[in-house]
Amino acid sequence: MVHLPVLQVVIPLMAAPALLLLNRPWQSWLLTCLVTITAFAISVSLLGTVYSTGTISYELGGWEPPWGIEYRIDLLSAYVLLIVSGVAALVAVASRQGLDADVATDKQPTLYVLYCLCLAGLLGIVATGDLFNVFVFLEISSLSTYALIAMGPHRRALWASYQYLVVGTIGATFLLIGIGFIYSLTGTLNMQDIAARLPLVDADRTVHTAFAFIVVGVCLKLALFPLHFWLPNAYTYAPSIVTAFLAATSTKVAVYLLIRLHYSIFGANFALDVLPLNLLFLILGLAGVFAASLVAVQQPNVKRLFAYSSIAQIGYMIVGLGLGTVIGLQATLLHLFNHALMKGALFLAIAGVVYRVGGSDLAHFAGLGRLMPWTMAAIVIGGLSLIGVPLTVGFISKWYLVLGAIEAGLWPVAGLVLIASVLALFYVWRIVEVAYFESPTALTESAREAPLGMLLATWVLVGANIYFGIDTELTRQTSELAAQHLMGGQP
Amino acid sequence: MMGAQQVLQWVVLLPAMAIPLLLLARHYPNIREGVSLLASITLFALVTMLYRDFTAGGSAEAVWIAIMPGLEISFRVDALGVLFALVASFLWIVTTLYAIGYMRAHAEDNQTRFYVFFAVSIASVMAIAFSANLFTLFIFYEMLTLATYPLVTHAGTAKARAGGRTYLTILVGTSIVFFLPAIIATYAISGSLTFTPGGVFAADTSPVLLGALLVLFIFGIGKAAIMPFHRWLPAAMVAPTPVSSLLHAVAVVKAGVFSVIKVGALIFGLDTLAGLWSTDLLLYLCAFTVIVASLVAMRQDNLKARLAYSTVSQLSYMTAGVLLATSTGLLGSSMHIAMHALGKITLFFCAGAILVAAHKSDISQMRGLGRQMPFTMMAFFVGSLSIIGLPPTGGTWSKWYLITGSLEADQLALVIVLMLSSLLNIAYLLPIPLRAFFPGEAHPVEGPVGIREAPLPSLIAIGITSLMCLLLFLFPQRLYDLASAVGG
Repeated sequence: MVHLPVLQVVIPLMAAPALLLLNRPWQSWLLTCLVTITAFAISVSLLGTVYSTGTISYELGGWEPPWGIEYRIDLLSAYVLLIVSGVAALVAVASRQGLDADVATDKQPTLYVLYCLCLAGLLGIVATGDLFNVFVFLEISSLSTYALIAMGPHRRALWASYQYLVVGTIGATFLLIGIGFIYSLTGTLNMQDIAARLPLVDADRTVHTAFAFIVVGVCLKLALFPLHFWLPNAYTYAPSIVTAFLAATSTKVAVYLLIRLHYSIFGANFALDVLPLNLLFLILGLAGVFAASLVAVQQPNVKRLFAYSSIAQIGYMIVGLGLGTVIGLQATLLHLFNHALMKGALFLAIAGVVYRVGGSDLAHFAGLGRLMPWTMAAIVIGGLSLIGVPLTVGFISKWYLVLGAIEAGLWPVAGLVLIASVLALFYVWRIVEVAYFESPTALTESAREAPLGMLLATWVLVGANIYFGIDTELTRQTSELAAQHLMGGQP
Repeated sequence: MMGAQQVLQWVVLLPAMAIPLLLLARHYPNIREGVSLLASITLFALVTMLYRDFTAGGSAEAVWIAIMPGLEISFRVDALGVLFALVASFLWIVTTLYAIGYMRAHAEDNQTRFYVFFAVSIASVMAIAFSANLFTLFIFYEMLTLATYPLVTHAGTAKARAGGRTYLTILVGTSIVFFLPAIIATYAISGSLTFTPGGVFAADTSPVLLGALLVLFIFGIGKAAIMPFHRWLPAAMVAPTPVSSLLHAVAVVKAGVFSVIKVGALIFGLDTLAGLWSTDLLLYLCAFTVIVASLVAMRQDNLKARLAYSTVSQLSYMTAGVLLATSTGLLGSSMHIAMHALGKITLFFCAGAILVAAHKSDISQMRGLGRQMPFTMMAFFVGSLSIIGLPPTGGTWSKWYLITGSLEADQLALVIVLMLSSLLNIAYLLPIPLRAFFPGEAHPVEGPVGIREAPLPSLIAIGITSLMCLLLFLFPQRLYDLASAVGG
């Protein structure tokens, strides 16, 4: 199937208007599941193809690049497509009941429309090899994300959405400005073509400006500390199912974008002579890890707690980039995949609690260890993975990150990364203690185990947390090859 | 007849396989406890088979899965592993017996959960004992911490919750912040984590770096409870007594010492260890821990708290034995694993028996208790002698070799510390049984008191362990043979 790279994006994109016409909650759900599962199947097949035959280049409409738009699937894209579409499919499966708690039935079809649009945007960013296309897909995914967040049950969701809209638009504008500069310098929008022409351009200052705009713009989208302030509200007030989807996919795609633009277009060593970017990444990453973890420890709301934890985990990914070595980059790629599994599992489990208990404050968890044993066990295992306990994916990420830091001679970084994981123990255990030691209150005593569909999706992700913590062949090999590829400077 | 390799696999899997049975039998206490007992007996039989195979010259190996290149979960039978596994699996039988009496008499809730996590803990201990590399050891070291957490907080009270928090914070904290980077650095420097006689580091590795690594390792192995990372052990005493006895006098703390021995002898190698700048400093820290923990123990009126601090002090004996970096010191440490285990588990059993039968947990209330519980108090006396290191108990031998090792290494200060510590042991342990039998004129026993001992299964358990303390004085040969093969 030569058309798979584009079908990956087109199927969810076309599903959106179809869902709009369909406009029935139950059927919409079924179609969404079908679409996301198909997208996942395509990404599996793409990864297999990339492994066996190398990078896939697809010419959209038969126009040859660099004139036409190219879809380009290399190992890195295939790897990110896999995790994004995989989580999207599982969240879609769980959304049948999961949405009921947060979104009125008559609004659910609209949500599925936006969901598919958002997914199409995210997959498009990863699949395309054209810089302007990146911007277009970024806008598609962002606009649908604002609307998704605004569908949250509280009125504050509107404010959170508006806040994100402002920040996201600034980020997208910065990106567009950067793209514009590059186009004016090179006269092309094809990423490979740009990478080939940039070294020949002698307007150093303009290139640096473009680089700065692009990096800052993308860092806003990926919520790098201190540009993270939009994220906690967005995650807290969005419908729980949407939070699970966004937490596992959208920041990951932004990290992908940063890596893609930095390494594939500008090259690994770009601008290091004028800008200590690696040092900056190390400092901001670690600052983010600590600041966000310390805030997470004090949060009274579990969704907000894990939102801050997400900011901290993004910090780890940025630290990996800042190490500036193959192992560091590999650690970032591993954590990108692994963190999607952790946060997907955790937020889906929380969605189960919201569905049964009606909220996600710590008080809503009192005594749930007994009342919702499977859901709480999922939170415990997801939490252990977050802390980085052996035999979970979190351990693998942490191992590579610390190994990278030690091999780069940065002992303090290794120490700080590990001290921060103990902070994760503190915030995870606050939930565990409330759930297992406190007796059910009036709020929680009527809670039952989450519905089967949600539980199933949650536990597939929990299983993946353990499976990829033991059998690391796929993630390790893919991330290693991709990291070597990126560091080698080839596009 | 299974080959040794299969037996090795089963040793790790068997306790875990008992779990579904325990869950199935959750409404039938008799069957549930039967399953526990049967699993423990089978496990001990399997470990004995490994022991036979080992003494016949075999060295079974089993590789499970390579998680990362060069980092695999694999197991291998060696002298120290057999020794530790024999002690732990034997005492699992005894403790199960004891727990049956204790948990029923105490009418504890959630007994199925208790037996399940007990089995998980033992499975982790077996995996630690036979781990063939540091990576495997670390994985199960962490698993042991997590599996014992529900046991420590079994009561579910605010106190249990606070104790559990300390327990988890210190054990997980030290292992992540110190132990894990030490392991990763070892891997980065030497490229190997496999336990190798003579150590894994190349001769030209920077000694400054190695010294720093040793500090990370010793502090990182929080289960060995060296000060200032000892607070988790007294905190863990909120657990039911069978947990305190098997896990916090034997399995968990000895897993810590076991890891120290493995790291000292098979990652660094004794020769390397002897030349590092930090070895002596850490040795003095051990000596400090020995004395200070004993002094703190004297001030504890709660019996279990006193025993816990006594354990902290005794654990540093064993860590010190490794840091002496002589084969005699290593021998002493390895023997002390078994000797201290038997002595201390006896004392904890007695503490639990007193709690169940007389509802007393403070030492000041135990005067004259010898009339009511003569058997328990006699056993307490025997256990105390073994901890102090006096004949006719097994503790004599391990202390003997620890002191000889100190003399060989010219560490006179440590000899004095060990002697002083024995005196302190006498001061805080022996008065308890003595006052129980001879309360003195000022504390007349009120009225005629009948004998009211703990339930029979518990008494049998106490009898077995105190008898073992005596037997190991007379027949220490096999233990000696195993322990002297540890470094090689």
